[in-house]
Amino acid sequence: MLCQECQANEANIQIIKSVDGKQTEEFLCDQCARQKEELDFSFEPQFSLHKLFSSMLNQNLLGSRESMHVAKTQCSVCGLSFAQFSQIGRLGCRECYNEFDESLKPLLRRIHASSTHTGKIPVRAQRRVKYLRELDQLKEELQVKVQKEEFEEAAQLRDRIRDMEKSLEEEDSRGTDHHQNRTDHDS
Amino acid sequence: MKQDQYSLSRWMEGGGPEAEIVISSRVRAARNIEGSQFSCLASEQETGTVLDRVSSVTGSSDKFKDFKRLQINELSDLEKQTLVEKHLISPFLAYESSNGAMLMRGDEGVIIMINEEDHLRIQTILPGLRLEEAWKETEKYDDLLESELNYVFDERYGYLTACPTNVGTGLRASVMLHLPALIMTRQINRLLGALSQVGLTVRGLYGEGTEIIGSLLQVSNQVTLGHSEEEIVSNLGSVICQVIEQEQSARQGLLDKKRAELTDKAWRALGTLKYSQIMSSQEAIELISDLRLGYDLGLINGQVDHKLLNELLVLIRPGCLQLLAGRELDHNERNLERPVQIKATLERFQKEKVKPKGNKSNLKDD
Repeated sequence: MLCQECQANEANIQIIKSVDGKQTEEFLCDQCARQKEELDFSFEPQFSLHKLFSSMLNQNLLGSRESMHVAKTQCSVCGLSFAQFSQIGRLGCRECYNEFDESLKPLLRRIHASSTHTGKIPVRAQRRVKYLRELDQLKEELQVKVQKEEFEEAAQLRDRIRDMEKSLEEEDSRGTDHHQNRTDHDS
Repeated sequence: MKQDQYSLSRWMEGGGPEAEIVISSRVRAARNIEGSQFSCLASEQETGTVLDRVSSVTGSSDKFKDFKRLQINELSDLEKQTLVEKHLISPFLAYESSNGAMLMRGDEGVIIMINEEDHLRIQTILPGLRLEEAWKETEKYDDLLESELNYVFDERYGYLTACPTNVGTGLRASVMLHLPALIMTRQINRLLGALSQVGLTVRGLYGEGTEIIGSLLQVSNQVTLGHSEEEIVSNLGSVICQVIEQEQSARQGLLDKKRAELTDKAWRALGTLKYSQIMSSQEAIELISDLRLGYDLGLINGQVDHKLLNELLVLIRPGCLQLLAGRELDHNERNLERPVQIKATLERFQKEKVKPKGNKSNLKDD
């Protein structure tokens, strides 16, 4: 299917928007989706006070609750399409888990007891997992500070989060091919 | 080569806790290595890289000096089939893998499959109900490999696997059960329903999609995400303990009411196995089951033991049969060869019992 915006590239992103209960659907290519800035909602948000405010604005002042799911139809790393996955029941690479997350999550919940791993963590990943958990915690603190309007401390936290995210990305890009791909997505 | 391929696997030795109902316990962990796509999409070059990486770890470590490395494409069709029939490797590794290989510990109790559906499948199979031990053993080799390899691991979803049904711990624990009394007393369907309600999967002897024959069934965990490895293993273990209790009470009930019939059935099974001239594998499996029940109830002392019964269960299968016969056999020829091999094996057992200090190699071809 061609991108509904440019009518030139293959559409590989499906955007389902629901605004005040009304659903709209769009099929776009990577570029157009990026241009329309739809993607900013989809992946790990880059933390900035600006965005926090704008989302608060959306919620509180305009009174409209906007939620958005971006369901990818093809993995941009290995090229496996979700339709192919449905047929063979196998994913192609680790990124498939990120790219198809919206569709996989309900599936995983149906098969398993939950959608969070609670078992063994390989020693090599332990440091990274700890780091990410700390990062999550700081992000939560940031939210609290913003809500309390303690902006000076919030700004400090924001800088720390940025630094940590940057060093994580640097570490990743020194790693394997896959990590390079992952960094591309996040940026 | 023949000798080599038809060695007894650790699980076939028999024994272990609850051996009269639980034939074997198996725990396998699915792992993938960073830097390559999952097997189904990986190019031959990528699967080659996976193989090289794993080999460089295991080849240089003392901990793996006990292991034999077999490359799947260097095995004959019969050898592959035999490995599948002994439950040592998956049909996928044997027939569909690219650059597939296996590392097998000398006792055939631990097997590491390389380039299976996931890059690595580390499994331990032990006789009897020993799930905890099987997990510890699997984990030992998992840790050894992980100390040198970057596993594909996600903070949220744990070990990422090609199939989402394995994600999280990547752990599948299973037991092979012999439940003739629950089947005879028609309690099995209720049990199967109950098992699926507690998140366990039940399959026949030969894995996915096979029906129950010879009163043998495999029970395994379905859930791999959201429970820890220890929880998975102990959950399965505790359910199995209840199944064992039910089977035992059903056996006692049968013994009280139908002792003579059961004794007769077991001796007839032995007679048929010993003196038949033509036999299908289906018939053989059912007879071996009758014989096993008779032995476990103490009705035919001295005639068989678990090791012999396990051995019979494997050697009647098409691949093993041809390997033992030393030539390819079609369906009809196999039905003729099967009783020959069964008889020879039963006679060897009797002979070795007379000479108790005889050598261990009762599997040698005559």
